Amino acid sequence: MKGYSIERRQFSRTFDPTHLRPYGDTMNDGKVQISFTLPVENNDKAVECAKQLAVKMGLEQPVIALSKSLDKTFTFFVVYGNTSYSINYEDIEVVSVKVETMGMKETDAYIKENIGRKIVVVGASTGSDAHTVGIDAIMNMKGYAGHYGLERYEMIEAYNLGSQVENIDFVRTAIELKADVLLVSQTVTQKDIHIQNLTQLVEMIEAEGIREKVVLICGGPRVSHQLAKELGYDAGFGSGKFADDAATFLAKEMAGRLQNNSEEIS
Amino acid sequence: MKSKLNINEDLVKSCRDSAGAIAGDVQAFIDTSSTIAVERTVCRLLGIDGVDAFDVPLPNVVIEALVENELIEKGCADFFARAFLATGKTAQDIAESISDDGFDFQNLPEYSREKKEIIINEKCREGLNRIKVNRNKRRDYLNRFGEKEGALLYVIVATGNIREDVVQAVAAAKQGADVIAVIRTTGQSLLDYVPYGETTDGFGGTYATQENFKIMRSALDDVGEELNRYIRLCNYCSGLCMPEIAAMGAFERLDMMLNDALYGILFRDINMKRTLIDQYFSRIINAYGEVIINTGEDNYLTTSDAYEEAHTVLASQFINEQFAHKAGLKDELIGLGHAYEIDPAFKNSFVYELAQAQMTREIFPEAPLKYMPPTKYLTGDVFLGNVQDALFNIVTTITGQRIHLLGMMTEAVHTPFMSDRAVAIENASYIARSMETLGEEITFKADGLMSKRANEVIGNAHELLAKIEETGMFKSLSQGVFGGVKRGESGGKGLKGVFLKAPDYMNPFIDLMLAELEEGLA
Repeated sequence: MKGYSIERRQFSRTFDPTHLRPYGDTMNDGKVQISFTLPVENNDKAVECAKQLAVKMGLEQPVIALSKSLDKTFTFFVVYGNTSYSINYEDIEVVSVKVETMGMKETDAYIKENIGRKIVVVGASTGSDAHTVGIDAIMNMKGYAGHYGLERYEMIEAYNLGSQVENIDFVRTAIELKADVLLVSQTVTQKDIHIQNLTQLVEMIEAEGIREKVVLICGGPRVSHQLAKELGYDAGFGSGKFADDAATFLAKEMAGRLQNNSEEIS
Repeated sequence: MKSKLNINEDLVKSCRDSAGAIAGDVQAFIDTSSTIAVERTVCRLLGIDGVDAFDVPLPNVVIEALVENELIEKGCADFFARAFLATGKTAQDIAESISDDGFDFQNLPEYSREKKEIIINEKCREGLNRIKVNRNKRRDYLNRFGEKEGALLYVIVATGNIREDVVQAVAAAKQGADVIAVIRTTGQSLLDYVPYGETTDGFGGTYATQENFKIMRSALDDVGEELNRYIRLCNYCSGLCMPEIAAMGAFERLDMMLNDALYGILFRDINMKRTLIDQYFSRIINAYGEVIINTGEDNYLTTSDAYEEAHTVLASQFINEQFAHKAGLKDELIGLGHAYEIDPAFKNSFVYELAQAQMTREIFPEAPLKYMPPTKYLTGDVFLGNVQDALFNIVTTITGQRIHLLGMMTEAVHTPFMSDRAVAIENASYIARSMETLGEEITFKADGLMSKRANEVIGNAHELLAKIEETGMFKSLSQGVFGGVKRGESGGKGLKGVFLKAPDYMNPFIDLMLAELEEGLA
């Protein structure tokens, strides 16, 4: 084997959450790998430039593992180094969906027992986004990666409106169908257009006076639960979440609201 | 199994006969001599452990004293038999009194051969029982958890710190690794002693010490219980302390050892006599402990061209196999090595690799072949590296290699990060799962490129073996037949530690273990 590290390690090797650093093969070594392309010819100057860029990114002792010409004036780099930065892990606060995910059968049984009727879910990929992969993964019968979609749930009446649905049409259809839950998907999100789009949808729903009547959920690779809450949604599901996560959340949220309402009435 | 490559069986048989003659010739020499490493191993097997005030291991202290007092030629077992009879003390106590200068060599009485044999055999059996216990424990684990079908995923940890190695090894086991090899610190193979105790300061690897073996063994047993899998542990039984490491590994239940008959000679410039004698005793111990040995033919291809020199790999495998048989190793414990190292720029490189791997599988059908990943042609292009490793993984899966040393995409950059190992394991597992029985579906063209290539390699190996048989092993090594490396008979390190056995030399461990191995281990 080539490339063994034989440098003496001078840093503390004790885990310290107040100065959390990346882990390569030793605690606190700060090792990171990055790759990027520079629009210049591949030569010594380009390599030095990549190194300086890595240093500006906060890398100590950057190693340019690869510099490869992609074209006359494009060079691809793979760089390893130790980041000089650390994060105080204890200071980080995030909001995440706190529900134990149930399977399809479990969720159906839960809805039967706690709601006693089918839940109407209307989903769409809204705005200019032509990608249906996200909404299809959650809603289609077949589902995604072994997780069945909402259409297969006995106790969910699912309407998938597809892609490039304008927010105004989405809201109108939801009212017509007496939707309990609105699912909105944003897959391709150049220049943060998904944020504008999601914000506009919340505003419209509030203007129509139905915000309190519906569970509002958004999803997509750039969406987090934290972002969703900030924008006024009830929940957000990012990558690695499936139909069962969404189904569990919406069933429990509906049941929770029903219980609150009945407590208020009695 | 019918050959898929139409391998010339007569030629294979003739290769084996030549290798047998070569090994027989060398064995005749091996039987005449011993080394200080062999004698230190006898000390360890008799239960001597620990270091003196200057951190010199007691086995070294004892053997140096025997050399000084001109007692070594009869073997340290002879000395201990007399010392046991004279003092009634344990080997450890005797070693400590030697270390404290409190042992009277001058007035040590002599006893009859019969008396000495009775007492030394009894003590030797006690040592061997320690190994037996581990052997049975491993069998119990394998019975309980079951043995994995297909390739064993083998990864390396190399942080220099045994505690950090444990973190990496446990993570790798959880990701799917079956074998953890702890790489040794740079230069340990040239130390003529085995360092002692827990260590945290290796360079490019971690010291092989008995305590480090114990620490890692216990961590892997724990994670194995959690995963319901037996996680194997591998280390390096090579260099100037070959048999000592074998003994320590057998005591701490290592499962695999890098243990090549020729590697030390070629790549560490250890004297050939020293290595050949040492490998014999170390392999007997490994056989007795049911430890799978790994041979190092892959290394030839890092110094020579993999396409041009493919036959040297095969020739060396035949020789390693014959030496292993002489040490009582069964085929199931002989992990013959080879590697995926043909230049990727070479047209049909994959086809030739596939031919070589299939050929090796067919020639050594029972051996748990150890297949090594591409290293020589890996660059800093980690993305391409991951593809190179995938091709290697495909050959492994199709041809049924058993010990699958996973390639790291960062091979050319650094010792593996935890994440590098995870990427490698995922790559290999995906291919193993998706192509599980593809090999059974494939037949190769009778007169195709692969069949021709395999028979060409066998033909060249046959020619080389015939030449080595005629020239003799020692002289052949001086002519640079393997890896292009030339080594003289009296050159290299460690020759000083080789000595001719006296006519009444004693090492009962060899006879006791070989006798049991011959009968079949209970």
